[in-house]
Amino acid sequence: MAEERQLNLAELRSILATDCGSTTTKAILIEKEADEYRLKVRGEAPTTVERPAEDVTRGVLNAVSEVEELTNRTILDGEIIIKPRTETKGVDIYISTSSAGGGLQMMVAGVVKSMTGESAQRAALGAGAIVMDVLASNDGRLPHQQIERIRNLRPDMILLSGGIDGGTTTHVAELAEIISAADPKPRLGHGYKLPVIYAGNAQARDIVRDILGNKVELFIVDNLRPVLERENLGPAREKIHELFMEHVMQQAPGYAKLMQWTDVPIMPTPGAVGLIIQTIARQHGIDVVGVDIGGATTDVFSVFSDTFNRTVSANLGMSYSVSNVFAETGLDNVMRWVPFDMDELDLRNRIKNKMIRPTTIPQLMEELIVEQAISREALRLAFIQHKSFAVGLKGVQQERTISDTFEQKGSGETLVNMMSLKLLVGSGGVLSHAPRRNQAAMMLVDAFLPEGFTHLAVDSIFMMPQLGVLSTVHPDAATQVFERDCLIHLGTCIAPVGPGKPGKTALELDIELPGGSTHVEMEYGKMKLIPLGVGEKAMVRARPGKGLDLGAGRGAEMSEEVEGGVVGIILDTRGRNPFVLPVDAKERVPKLVEWIAALDAYPAAALQRH
Amino acid sequence: MAHAYTPGLRVADLTIVQKERRLPLPGQVLVNVGDRVTATQVVARTELPGNVESVNVANRLGVPPEDVPHCMLKKEGDPVQKGEIMAQSKSFFGLFKSSCQATVDGTVETVSSVTGQVLLREPPMPVEVRAYVDGVVTEVLPREGVIVETPATFIQGIFGIGAETQGELVMVASSSDEVLEADRLTEAVRGKVAVGGSLVTAAAIRKAIAVGAKGIIAGGLHDKDLREFLGYDLGVAITGNEDKGITLIVTEGFGTIRMAEGTFALLKRCEGMECSMNGATQIRAGVIRPEVVIPRRDEQVDVDGDAREGAGNMVIGSPVRAIREPYFGRLGTVSALPSELQRVESETMVRVLEVQFDDGTRAVVPRANVELIEK
Repeated sequence: MAEERQLNLAELRSILATDCGSTTTKAILIEKEADEYRLKVRGEAPTTVERPAEDVTRGVLNAVSEVEELTNRTILDGEIIIKPRTETKGVDIYISTSSAGGGLQMMVAGVVKSMTGESAQRAALGAGAIVMDVLASNDGRLPHQQIERIRNLRPDMILLSGGIDGGTTTHVAELAEIISAADPKPRLGHGYKLPVIYAGNAQARDIVRDILGNKVELFIVDNLRPVLERENLGPAREKIHELFMEHVMQQAPGYAKLMQWTDVPIMPTPGAVGLIIQTIARQHGIDVVGVDIGGATTDVFSVFSDTFNRTVSANLGMSYSVSNVFAETGLDNVMRWVPFDMDELDLRNRIKNKMIRPTTIPQLMEELIVEQAISREALRLAFIQHKSFAVGLKGVQQERTISDTFEQKGSGETLVNMMSLKLLVGSGGVLSHAPRRNQAAMMLVDAFLPEGFTHLAVDSIFMMPQLGVLSTVHPDAATQVFERDCLIHLGTCIAPVGPGKPGKTALELDIELPGGSTHVEMEYGKMKLIPLGVGEKAMVRARPGKGLDLGAGRGAEMSEEVEGGVVGIILDTRGRNPFVLPVDAKERVPKLVEWIAALDAYPAAALQRH
Repeated sequence: MAHAYTPGLRVADLTIVQKERRLPLPGQVLVNVGDRVTATQVVARTELPGNVESVNVANRLGVPPEDVPHCMLKKEGDPVQKGEIMAQSKSFFGLFKSSCQATVDGTVETVSSVTGQVLLREPPMPVEVRAYVDGVVTEVLPREGVIVETPATFIQGIFGIGAETQGELVMVASSSDEVLEADRLTEAVRGKVAVGGSLVTAAAIRKAIAVGAKGIIAGGLHDKDLREFLGYDLGVAITGNEDKGITLIVTEGFGTIRMAEGTFALLKRCEGMECSMNGATQIRAGVIRPEVVIPRRDEQVDVDGDAREGAGNMVIGSPVRAIREPYFGRLGTVSALPSELQRVESETMVRVLEVQFDDGTRAVVPRANVELIEK
């Protein structure tokens, strides 16, 4: 890191931030204007971790040069970022995130897979890692299989947990012995030992030290599950961040230099995105879901009841993994979102061709519609995985009343509550670059099925990572830029929950729009769009139909102020729990065409051709 | 972005091909700089540590874990043979002794007084790296491997299945748009690499394996045939480790797509020559494409600085291949490169180019949807 300078937040006027992705390095310049922090410009350049440059700082300098050109402001003095800012040149601080070189790849280990194994996984995912495998004493594999797995995967780091404090030491020792026998070698660089973090039973520390001390670089932190009822993931996460910087990134080409330039530690990109999501949830006191759908993977971040979770669906994505989405969900599930017939042989070939030539873009409207249908399935599957992972702690004794007994709720129930969700943010090419914003809104609604009142937004240019690391220095600046420049507000979705019948009234609304009041009555099974612009607000008094719920209880009226956006207010009475699409194409296709028309998602002419 | 188009697949009549042949772990290099090597020759060798087998000695002897070290007849590092007694419990006056036998041949790796487990390591497994192509060793990477170099015809495919193999090239299709059907494959292709035209069918792949062909090169392949061949739906394009008894490379993509004329002509000219091929494909960061290398020993390559890298820029007149509908698979040349963004049918605003196809028609396509045909 740069020499310790005292960062005076009040004097922070100019912030340079980069995100070194696996293909592109993105630089943004944030400046304080009057009392507000705003994004000034954004520059990008190819990432230069691989040959021929093999130095990440080349890409950073190129991206920063673009920022210089766009602002007419000198930031670089040769290869030095000028700090602090003066009237004519330089910036006050420079910060960065990185996912280049495949990001942070970890293995985690715990005694019981669904307990300490899962807590360890949560700690690693939350820190921004890709969890390659979870070893556990009860994972069903024989020791030699576990050993071979460690050797084959070559993680950047291992997190070993296991046992509550005062609990088992034997099982922890067994896991340590397996790691020791595998004698793992780090993925990047030679001649240094693999970092292993021990965050398990405090009573087993000496045993672990005896077994692993000479073979790996061992770090001991507080137990991440000191008692069954509580996780303590902070110390393990902090250690992961620290080691990511000092050990893993140190081995990647050019990072030693980059680390000298930044004012705060470089963070793994997804870890930083998680931070900004948490900051937003905390500052507004709301439940938030963020999703980033990339070419290879889909990350889902959530904060429900103040608990943060992140999942990575490693093979759900829109280019490299597009064929896997298809393989996992099946042809029928993709085609149920497509309002016309396609030849299966041809469709399968087209998807494989996208997989092997991932940078192509849909030129034809029908190809765009198919890609967006696949994205709904990728998002839906990723969210299912997230819901099953974002759960309360398992193995915890709960006090039950008679009524709980009938509900059959156990420990480990999902924390995701779509009714309490207030903000859903989408990111990634297929959402952020959809030709019509209405398409992005429809993809989010179809895939996530928000309930009650939910505000929708997309990340305009994927600057959540930079804002995440900024939130560690200046949370207010990060929030201001996030809300004003990073997010494109799509609008608010209003969807009653429960079963209904076509023809029956599902929703009645009185909306006080800026231009006057309006009354809307909707039958079950419809969609409707009501324009409400960016920054505009409307008071909505809503009465759900019989047996339906908007958040206040079945049939209960409620009032809420909603925010507009580039799309507006989306009314969705297609039902939730269950949401059912007709199986028969003859019935389904006209419905899809009707909803598409209601949201103006695709041009009518393109649909009529089929 | 520096490249708004997809860098093309390399198809070179004569170029210098360098192949790095590296061991997974440090070991011994068996050849020297300047040595002429053949494709199947072993150039480096090492030993991978053997598998580990754990034996719960405490359980077997019925003693507490902390007593296990005292019961061991073999110490850490000692060799053991399968069935050999390696631990014995001490009992009252030598009566009712329990013993524990080694479950594999190997050495005692660790003895734990915490878990009562003894880990046995099996003997190391030899790993050899072959030259892969006929050529000359130009560099030795001490303890790691070598670089083998040869003048060669070099053709990259878009997608492949199966590992490195070698064989004589034999043209089975007579034209670049002919479908390679099973009945065209006979005993004559045993041990050889068969070249088809626009498509290889699942039946043809099965037949090729049955008659003992080493490899197949064709323009296209239906996804349904790939599924049938592999026995599963390939989700992520990381291939090369399939053990299907044949190596398969497609040059254009999925579907029936005429093999690029230049590629087909080049393969035809090389008919009868030995080739090395590798189906390994990886589309994520650090792209690996399948390849065919046809060594052309003793031929002079006019190295103009670019010949090793094959990098090129797109200019008017550049030969390109459309790689997305509605023109998928069609070949042509760039006829205009407008700089402003244009709206295409999907309403996406993109950088485009105008391409003149081989039949003289012209079309505007996103730059991302063509790839350069690199010579």
